[in-house]
Amino acid sequence: MKTVISRSQVKGDFVSKVAEISGENFFNCYQCGNCSAGCPSVDEMDLLPSQVVRYLQLGLEEEVKSCKSMWVCASCMMCHARCPKGVDISKIMEALRVLRLREVGAEGHIDVTDFSDDYLARAPQIAMISGYRKFLPL
Amino acid sequence: MKYPYFPGCTLYTKAKKLDDAGRECSLKLGFELDELKDWTCCGATFPLVNDQHITMSGPTRILADTKDQGNDKLVTLCSVCFNVLKRTNNVMLNDEERRAKITDFIERDYHGEVEVLHYLQLLRDEIGFDVLKEKVVKPLEGLKVACYYGCLLLRPVKEIGLDTMEDPSIFEDFIRALGGEPIEFPYKVECCGAFQAVHSMDTATRCSRDILRSAKNSGADVVITTCPLCQFNLDDRQPEIQKSDPGFSSIPVVYFTQLLALALDLPAEELGFERNLIDPLPILKEKGVIA
Repeated sequence: MKTVISRSQVKGDFVSKVAEISGENFFNCYQCGNCSAGCPSVDEMDLLPSQVVRYLQLGLEEEVKSCKSMWVCASCMMCHARCPKGVDISKIMEALRVLRLREVGAEGHIDVTDFSDDYLARAPQIAMISGYRKFLPL
Repeated sequence: MKYPYFPGCTLYTKAKKLDDAGRECSLKLGFELDELKDWTCCGATFPLVNDQHITMSGPTRILADTKDQGNDKLVTLCSVCFNVLKRTNNVMLNDEERRAKITDFIERDYHGEVEVLHYLQLLRDEIGFDVLKEKVVKPLEGLKVACYYGCLLLRPVKEIGLDTMEDPSIFEDFIRALGGEPIEFPYKVECCGAFQAVHSMDTATRCSRDILRSAKNSGADVVITTCPLCQFNLDDRQPEIQKSDPGFSSIPVVYFTQLLALALDLPAEELGFERNLIDPLPILKEKGVIA
């Protein structure tokens, strides 16, 4: 697959917006991979956390926007805790999620009717509330 | 001594046993949890992006109420509430621009005056584990406990400041004070899958499996937690784990206040153990912790 890297994408609006609202500088990352080694959700991810950061460095907007990884991130902050450069990928993942959820006509990623009554009776409120906040448009 | 207390929504309902035991034990230890008046849900998530302020309005209002009701401290039992309130308070304390936006919106004057404390922190720093040890009536002798911290009680370490990141010890010190035997296991600060329990069930199941296996392989009789979401994932996922791994043997997951209550000789039948999917009573009886 041919990948085009252009100055306009590296400096593009999307990448700049992710940097701005996450408050993180992607260029601090030197790709050691500690984040991906410690991430509890990598089995369900299509791009590793370190790859998400690499793609953002290269301005690969479409690849990052469509990745599944942001949706299976559990915001556990282990990536940040173990990053030798202090990059907080949990903030980058959240920035990617909210930018998708703020798009006009954005759809939610969970539906309460998908859960059985039995499951809803057992699941704590904090699971439902944080799930709504992470996966539904505000 | 009274400490202002924020129970949070889950502790009023599905994690009532965490709350009940915490309140009862405080009386035995010589202090009282004084419930905040007119509290609301904390929102259960701290916003991780810089331009989202609305989700901090709830926790800020709770903190402003705490101050206006004449308090300079606020105690929580739930790790999620603790994390959200503590991080929101840090923003109120240190970030002038965001503070102005939020306090203008909710029309309150608040500058981060309240200190948010976790119950464990209260026991360690205000009561003292040495004093706790003296008050123990029935030491948890011989009980091997896996102290599971999870994420929100610790991270981000610089902001939360409860303990170190990779090898915290507050929970182990607590169990030692109760006369129990904390075991070391490599997954004590790993994530249980958290809110992925309502999105990617596979993540929650796999994360829980790894933590429970690690605890079991390290010789634990029981896993303890401070978080209703961790307790739910770790307890509720076990039948599913067993389906894919028939060799997996189950292990009960209880709240730290329930073990505290047993050590302070509160009756086991009043601690809500029947609400656990994996029944803790057989192992607690076998180890002689309860009759």
